[in-house]
Amino acid sequence: MSSYGQVQVKGGRYRFRGDFHRLEQHMPIRDADHGWRLVGVTKPRDMTYVHSYGGEALFFESLSQGKLFATKCENPACEANGSIFQPFRIYCPDCLSRCTVIDMTELAKQTATIHTFMVCERSGAFNVLDKPIRFINIEFDGVSTILFSYLLMGEPQIGMRVAPVFKYYNPTYTILDLSWVPAGTKAEALPEGFLF
Amino acid sequence: MITFSQQQLKTPRYLRPVYLVTAGQSKYARAIPEKRTEELCIDAFTMAAELLDLTPAELKKYIHTCYYGHFADHFGDQLLGEALIHDRLGLDPLGNVGIKSGGATGGSTLWEAAKAVASGYSDCALAMGWERMDEVPTDEGNFLIASAADRDWESPLGQIYTGYYAVMAQKYWQVFGKAEASFRRTLAEISVKHHGYARFNPFAHGPMKITVDDVLVSPVVADPLRALDCCLMSVGAACAVLCDEDTAVELTKNSRHKPLRVWVTAGSHTLRPADRRHMEIPLLPNETADQYKDLGKEFPGGDRYPGFTGFLAARMAAYYGYRMAGVVDPMEDFDVIELHDAFTISDVQTYEDIGLRPYGYGRDFVESGDCYHTNPHTGRPGRLPSNLSGGLIGCMHAVGASGIMQVFEIATQLWGRWSEIHGDEKRWKEFGREKPADWTDLQVEGAKRALSVSHAGVGSHVTATILMDPDHLLKKDA
Repeated sequence: MSSYGQVQVKGGRYRFRGDFHRLEQHMPIRDADHGWRLVGVTKPRDMTYVHSYGGEALFFESLSQGKLFATKCENPACEANGSIFQPFRIYCPDCLSRCTVIDMTELAKQTATIHTFMVCERSGAFNVLDKPIRFINIEFDGVSTILFSYLLMGEPQIGMRVAPVFKYYNPTYTILDLSWVPAGTKAEALPEGFLF
Repeated sequence: MITFSQQQLKTPRYLRPVYLVTAGQSKYARAIPEKRTEELCIDAFTMAAELLDLTPAELKKYIHTCYYGHFADHFGDQLLGEALIHDRLGLDPLGNVGIKSGGATGGSTLWEAAKAVASGYSDCALAMGWERMDEVPTDEGNFLIASAADRDWESPLGQIYTGYYAVMAQKYWQVFGKAEASFRRTLAEISVKHHGYARFNPFAHGPMKITVDDVLVSPVVADPLRALDCCLMSVGAACAVLCDEDTAVELTKNSRHKPLRVWVTAGSHTLRPADRRHMEIPLLPNETADQYKDLGKEFPGGDRYPGFTGFLAARMAAYYGYRMAGVVDPMEDFDVIELHDAFTISDVQTYEDIGLRPYGYGRDFVESGDCYHTNPHTGRPGRLPSNLSGGLIGCMHAVGASGIMQVFEIATQLWGRWSEIHGDEKRWKEFGREKPADWTDLQVEGAKRALSVSHAGVGSHVTATILMDPDHLLKKDA
């Protein structure tokens, strides 16, 4: 009987429980055009990686609580002093001082605008988003970078105003917990699991 | 706004001249199940030796250090694949190192090998690159490629790298292309050209005789990009041998070609396009600040630099490379180029980054006919033929090898050996490919100087490799 691998941190170490890999049989690869001679073998593998968010954990935890956090360089000696970074950067790229965490949820609600977009018909393995995927890059007043995300409803256009929505229910604790809808969308129109 | 210090903008300098003496490559294809990677590398190395009329064993005796470009360990399920290839090439116990910089891996490998020779550490260095992208299904391949994006902020979004790239394409398409149907046809023309030139290249993976309309009805990948706007996903290997002057003279004494001077420079930019901050345009020698003061008026939305419409890494590779080698105007100073056409639209963006046209006017490089071997409007030689190999769209994109394949191609042009190497009936037969009845000689007559650009991901790494006939240098102390 197998069980999903689960991990906790205790005593400063990862504690692993359950199955983290499964063994499967290698299979021969043969050449149908040349007498079924052996060409190679398949190498099946099913593994679970463990990954720390480190200083960004706060950002990913906050999405499921309806908060969009960014960071700001507040080093007065830095050329980038006052710059707000979204994506959230733990350290300022210029002076490498630790940035201050700020809540930019309201700023996003007021000023989020599509900088560019792409409607993508394809995906790679392990994708969980519905296709086509409406990728958007979003600019905000006073923010020096341009967040990459996806539009949950409607058709994107450059210059279109959008508002953030958050996956409160069954959060994934990934960037997928943050999405966007056209500004003015009513709360009752949001797909299940998402709220403003 | 970000700024650079004078120290950061220093023109790079080699302590002694570096020469390219030979290069070689394997066949490229979507899959080569009958060969292991080391067999492809040995094919490439053997060819490099043959071009010098040497045996592989004779050439190996000169090599002092080895630089191996192989991007995606997880495609081949083999960490330290470089060590395995090094052993199979019989080059132990020489020092070797693996180099990875996404799509620019081939160019970065040359960058490292050139510095080893320039510094005096080695008199002769091998740069070898390869990729094995045929051993997983395509959707898993897309997943693995998407692993090169930020795993927390980008990859979970669709696991599809093309999508991360395409947001930039969309911005360029709307701002500088003005979403015009005529621009869409210009992009398609690039695909027709590259697949078409690939027909005359026996190494090429994607030869096709197609029309602009064929491109425009191919399946949509990420609007406005369609399947035929995108590069290939290939298997293959390529190598180049770089030397100091004495070794270069000795190695080429029985050869049909002379050694070429080589300079390789590199630039970089944020892995996530989202992190790009506004800055002033670093100017190339053929540009002035004035010419861009009204860019935002001419092209509304185009005033944010590099925004999502330019590749700062390509601009910086050219910025360093042109100054290092004495290039003033790339349109005048080069005779042939190979660019990293991951997508038709990024080919156009690169024309601007490397100064073939000012920002906003890249499409004119195609529409003028300048980029062709023979200008279709005048019937005369194109002013600066590009991607006569077929590029990444028509020839191959075996990531770790791509930047070296480009250098192989421009070197054969400067050596005047393009026809001999690409027209050889024996080679077509050996690769199991039919030489077309209308095979056309794409040798650029009298070519003396050339450029290739190797580019990674969404513009995270870019290298510029400049080759020159040593009797036609642009500055004495270069």
